[in-house]
Amino acid sequence: MKAVITVIGKDTVGILAGVAGECAKNGANVVEVTQSVMQDMFAMIMMVDISKCTVPFKDLADSLKKIGTEFGVQVHVTHEELFNTMYRV
Amino acid sequence: MINTNDILETINMIENENFDVRTITMGISLLDCIDDDIDKACTKIYDKICRYAKDLVKTGEEISIDYGIPIIHKRISVTPIAMIESACQAKNPVKFAKILDKAAQEVGVNFIGGYTALCQKGFSGGDYALIESIPEALSVTERVCSSVNIGSTKAGINMDAVGKMGKIVKQTAELTADRDCIGAAKLVVFCNAPEDNPFMAGAFHGVGEPECVINVGVSGPGVVRAALAKAPDCDITEVANIVKKTAFKITRVGQLVAQEASKRLCVPFGIVDLSLAPTPAVGDSVAHILEEMGLETCGAHGTTACLALLNDAVKKGGVMASSHVGGLSGAFIPVTEDAGMIDAAKSGCLTITKLEAMTAVCSVGLDMIVIPGDTSAEIISGIIADEAAIGMVNSKTTAVRVIPAINKSAGDFLNFGGLLGGGPVMSVNYASPAKFISRGGRIPAPIQSLKN
Repeated sequence: MKAVITVIGKDTVGILAGVAGECAKNGANVVEVTQSVMQDMFAMIMMVDISKCTVPFKDLADSLKKIGTEFGVQVHVTHEELFNTMYRV
Repeated sequence: MINTNDILETINMIENENFDVRTITMGISLLDCIDDDIDKACTKIYDKICRYAKDLVKTGEEISIDYGIPIIHKRISVTPIAMIESACQAKNPVKFAKILDKAAQEVGVNFIGGYTALCQKGFSGGDYALIESIPEALSVTERVCSSVNIGSTKAGINMDAVGKMGKIVKQTAELTADRDCIGAAKLVVFCNAPEDNPFMAGAFHGVGEPECVINVGVSGPGVVRAALAKAPDCDITEVANIVKKTAFKITRVGQLVAQEASKRLCVPFGIVDLSLAPTPAVGDSVAHILEEMGLETCGAHGTTACLALLNDAVKKGGVMASSHVGGLSGAFIPVTEDAGMIDAAKSGCLTITKLEAMTAVCSVGLDMIVIPGDTSAEIISGIIADEAAIGMVNSKTTAVRVIPAINKSAGDFLNFGGLLGGGPVMSVNYASPAKFISRGGRIPAPIQSLKN
């Protein structure tokens, strides 16, 4: 089972490490990362495997959103299935 | 990996365009709660609803977190209470309303629908008593929603019921005059009422439905408007294509949520209702979609054509996205719940006559329209009869949910707050249909061939 983490906001030092660190702490394995910085806006999309996640999905999502708040960026955590459903027939 | 742009588009829809799943509605059959002792029947109903729906709200919230999609309402619809009540010796249907309200409060849902009578061809035992009790039932409860089906394409229109409902709508508003007449906002008069509609106030669990079922209502006017805004100069064919594509994506999410809710609650999946349901929030308006298509204001000449296109394209896009589509499925035009409609009504551009024409091509009918408090019961019956005739002849669902604003007149404002919104009192035609309404009887079912 995979989840997609999106981080959108002003580029800040340490945001990638912050999110990845929190994933590692909770047993979520980072599978793939794409990021782009346009001017000073930062958009990162991270695919993580949550099948061995040690905490409930809600707690993982809450802790990542909290990190987002600390860095002043918007963090979304969603099951991969949402995008597969919406964009693949 | 999934396309980056697709992911960012979805996040943008949720964050900036009010994309949400409007409701997960659990339909529960109460047929096995029938008892000739009303108190015993009430106990059975309370126990059954609490047992079946105990995890509904929690599960809805969990799905919302897992997929990052807001699920605004978790609601319940039940078997039309008139059918349960007809078995009781003591005719006091308000007891049922109170017990539904209590059960809804216990399981944490904000509305429960099914204080309903189906009398399109005539009144059966419990129908009349239930209809008579609607004003009191809606004034002493908070969460109960009521609906009455007074006509259908197969049965014609029950004009006795139409006459009665004019009075009932008025009385309901009068009994809740101290609360902005909110009772009338929870009462819908239908023609061709769907049995699997998840949206309030007209939701009930039809007799052909299974024991328990999950129906989901999607939303997303803001998403459709935003998609159209990105293509300001395309022709109308392309407009229809954009609406279809957007409706597809929206409905896929509804389907995903419905399947997931069905799996987690161990309840069969019923239908996804493809409706574009607006809210009073800025950017969540069906009127603004019509304006994005090129109208100066909703209500201008051309509005009915734009709405017809929108309604059809939403269905075409949505049908392929879900394995079972049902309910009302189309564009809603509730005036007080739509920021664009409120503005158009305030400016005088949107009138009841224009809204009536729009209802011939949209999914519901005259919805959430505030009318002057001195509108007579016969005029309300006339409005109901006209709307039912449109539904009957066109083989579609139509409904009337008008709110007589007691002690207020055209131009004043009524404010319910929350998702029910608020709106200006719209003027009605005061010429009397009293003689027509007082005749009673039934309008025969229309011919289904020789269509012109």
